[in-house]
Amino acid sequence: MTYIVKPKFHHPSLPVNELGFTHRDYEGSISTLCAGCGHDAISAAIIQACFELNLPPHRVAKLSGIGCSSKTPTYFLGSSHGFNSVHGRMPSVLTGANLANRDLIYLGVSGDGDTASIGLGQFAHAIRRGVNMVYIVENNGVYGLTKGQFSATADRGSKSKRGVMNNDNSVDLVAMALQVGASFVARSFSGDKAQLVPLIKAAIEHKGAAFIDCISPCVAFNNHPGSTKSFDYVREHNEAVNRLDFMAPRAPIHVDYKPGELEIVEQHDGSKLALRKLHADYDPHDKLGAMTYLQERAHAGEIVTGLLYVEPEADDLHDHLNTVEHPLNELNEKELCPGAGTLAKINASLR
Amino acid sequence: MRPTDISAPGYFHKVVDCQWACPAHTPVPEYIRLIAAGRYSDAYMINWESNVFPGILGRTCDRPCEPACRRVRVEKEPVAICRLKRVAADYKDDIRGRLPKPAARKNGKRIALVGGGPASLTVARDLAPLGYECVIFDQDPRAGGMIRTQIPRFRLPESIIDEECGYILDLGVEFVGGRRIDSLKALLAEKFDAIFVGSGAPRGRDLDIPGRTEAAKNIHIGIDWLSNVSFGHINKIGKRVIVLGGGNTAMDCCRSSRRLGGDDVKVIVRSGFEEMKASPWEKEDAMHEGIPIFNYMVPKAFEHDNGRLTGVTFEKVKAERDEKGRRKLVPTGEPDETVPCDDVLVAVGQENSFPWIERDIGIEFDQWDMPKVDTTTMQCTRPGVFFGGDAAFGPKNIIWAVAHGHEAAVSIDRYCNGEPIEVRPAPAVELISQKMGIHEWSYDNDITQDKRYRVPLREQKIALADIKAEVELGFDPQLALAETQRCLNCDVQTVFTSSLCIECDACVDICPMDCITFTQNGDEADLRTRLTAPAKNPTQDLYVANDLKTGRVMVKDEDVCLHCGLCAERCPTGAWDMQKFFLEMTYAGEACRSSA
Repeated sequence: MTYIVKPKFHHPSLPVNELGFTHRDYEGSISTLCAGCGHDAISAAIIQACFELNLPPHRVAKLSGIGCSSKTPTYFLGSSHGFNSVHGRMPSVLTGANLANRDLIYLGVSGDGDTASIGLGQFAHAIRRGVNMVYIVENNGVYGLTKGQFSATADRGSKSKRGVMNNDNSVDLVAMALQVGASFVARSFSGDKAQLVPLIKAAIEHKGAAFIDCISPCVAFNNHPGSTKSFDYVREHNEAVNRLDFMAPRAPIHVDYKPGELEIVEQHDGSKLALRKLHADYDPHDKLGAMTYLQERAHAGEIVTGLLYVEPEADDLHDHLNTVEHPLNELNEKELCPGAGTLAKINASLR
Repeated sequence: MRPTDISAPGYFHKVVDCQWACPAHTPVPEYIRLIAAGRYSDAYMINWESNVFPGILGRTCDRPCEPACRRVRVEKEPVAICRLKRVAADYKDDIRGRLPKPAARKNGKRIALVGGGPASLTVARDLAPLGYECVIFDQDPRAGGMIRTQIPRFRLPESIIDEECGYILDLGVEFVGGRRIDSLKALLAEKFDAIFVGSGAPRGRDLDIPGRTEAAKNIHIGIDWLSNVSFGHINKIGKRVIVLGGGNTAMDCCRSSRRLGGDDVKVIVRSGFEEMKASPWEKEDAMHEGIPIFNYMVPKAFEHDNGRLTGVTFEKVKAERDEKGRRKLVPTGEPDETVPCDDVLVAVGQENSFPWIERDIGIEFDQWDMPKVDTTTMQCTRPGVFFGGDAAFGPKNIIWAVAHGHEAAVSIDRYCNGEPIEVRPAPAVELISQKMGIHEWSYDNDITQDKRYRVPLREQKIALADIKAEVELGFDPQLALAETQRCLNCDVQTVFTSSLCIECDACVDICPMDCITFTQNGDEADLRTRLTAPAKNPTQDLYVANDLKTGRVMVKDEDVCLHCGLCAERCPTGAWDMQKFFLEMTYAGEACRSSA
């Protein structure tokens, strides 16, 4: 952590986005996490993504639970809505907020403890219901706040900082997210912002439950030889299946790849995902194939990253429930109390 | 790009923009921190060692450091470096005990110094404590040269000149006042071991236009007039005064006129206001005293009536670029304008003049009738004769004279010890980590947003009534402290060690100025466009380090780095460290000699 306030001065030729903001305007207060924490790099990637998407900060709600990762929303988007929930209960609070006001952009930020241990059920159900959100897990494989015990995502056979072997099986959050029906699933690495920023942008523009598992080394407790979530290990075993370029709606597409190398995926809002294939046979629309491939590569000790699955025309919870189109706070008395005539009609339909 | 060699003494020196820009390379941030700590005497001594005249320069320096100040690029206004220097001089204790003592034993070498200005005084200060017998010759009765004769007292009180020249003369330097050297040949015959010429640029340029001779009584050459004012020979001037010329001498002339009876004083310049040679702050000071500056007016004739000056006629011009892109002044075609006046001060430039140097004694002169002087050794074509200050390369300023003096002293010391003077000793460089604890540095790394503080001025009515009343009152300790906080401590360097870096991006993310990038290497022009924020200032270096695990390079653009140390604070492995750069110039003495 740092004691001084980050100086307000910024680079004289810093670019501004369509709203006239620099990326500095999307910052929060200064991080109190350990120096070098992967989570800070993810916060910086979220800042960059929101800046590039020209998001008005007040249209974003960031929600989190408990843990190092769940502290991070304080360190980005200082002008956005925020909710720091009970441990593992972020998905429920997010679902409720989304039901009440469907117009905001929901950013759920959680960690491997908050999601894969205490919040595993909450996680599965929010995804299962197709809540329109970005759910980011900052996954470091340890409980950093309590000094580095293995978390539920620590790989079997990996070693703790003190040299103790982990004998428990790990929860694979990507596999779970796919299994319970997330319509956008990606995995990335805090040390590779070139990959992470477009994924966050695409996830924000995706309608439906978008899940990003972001490996984020814990420099204090899980960045040693024997760890499978260290900077060195992830860099050595990272197998990216594709590279994503995100393009806003109406943006011209520059294609300079050979046929077959590039695939354009259009999402429901018109935004386009330009996917450069790195593995010829990997198809991000084939859920079954993806699940099999991921299991195979995980067994071989590889960490598969990239956009793993996308269903561009997904439904969300509001479609399933047939809710009103407007946020509840915009409904007026006439809409909420439609009168005796309407009541009589409803009653008649139930006879 | 090739990785940066940070062991080269010039690399980090260049990052300290103020120190790099200062001809004498005064360690500015170091003394500003001492002022902040209330250690005025220590701050003064750092200055004294480097620039010899802190009290004088703190009021009159041309401040090449200030336009160079990083604060200009980050915010707008530079740190008031010059005025902080004066603070050190104003609030120091008696420092005489800390000055070198006159040499206990003379070394038997005699050095003649022609002219008693800043260049000669610097040479004497560097050499006298080593045992050299230094004899300064000056036409004026007291030491100081142009510092005493040309700078008006309302900018620089005489007591300060006496004090700082005194420190040097007290080192056992012999000052022969009132003796003008008329023949170098004769001086050479006096068998000095070396001669230093620091005689300045003593001739004011004249303006030879119609009416010059007829109205001569009321037309004065600027620097001569200032010198006469300084010595009390002149104490009044007409009510309406025109000052011709746009340099700092013109500013001194007009402001002096305001104090000697000139109610209606105007400065009129040939070219544009922006092109004037005077420092911006000197123009501001003049205008603040109610002196208007008119531009694009070329003097054509002095108007006179019965031997009395009545006015000056000007042709109106404008600036145009010719086909080769050169700027030229061409008439606008408007009718000429006659500006009535009682006196004119001509301050259109100064010239060197060496009628006293014989041309058959082995000293070669160039096409502009200037002696050929080596820019490093300060020696002319005759071995053992050295030049410095305005006498060497034409009119510059005090701080350049000091820098020349130091270099000449090194040359003289080596020359008198029989060592080749072309061999120059390198400065000593120190880099020391400033880390005190996990989040603690031995310097104040918190960046203030404060704007530049103004120096309090004497009430104008009182200031204009007395030519000896100093206009600037100087910062009080509170204002000085506030101004010191604006210094960015550019001498505390960001030092990167590749082998420790784990490429976590923490430094990239925290840097408030987006200075740091990890990327694939390329040539410099290409890299400059690919950084987190584009590096558009080619005068500022890129710091490149390789041997990272991913094969990328770390590139840091030095341009707008705040030296806040956040990169080092957020670095988990200590790959970034904040290390204080201290440059120790090598002055005359054992350190500069090869045999030592």
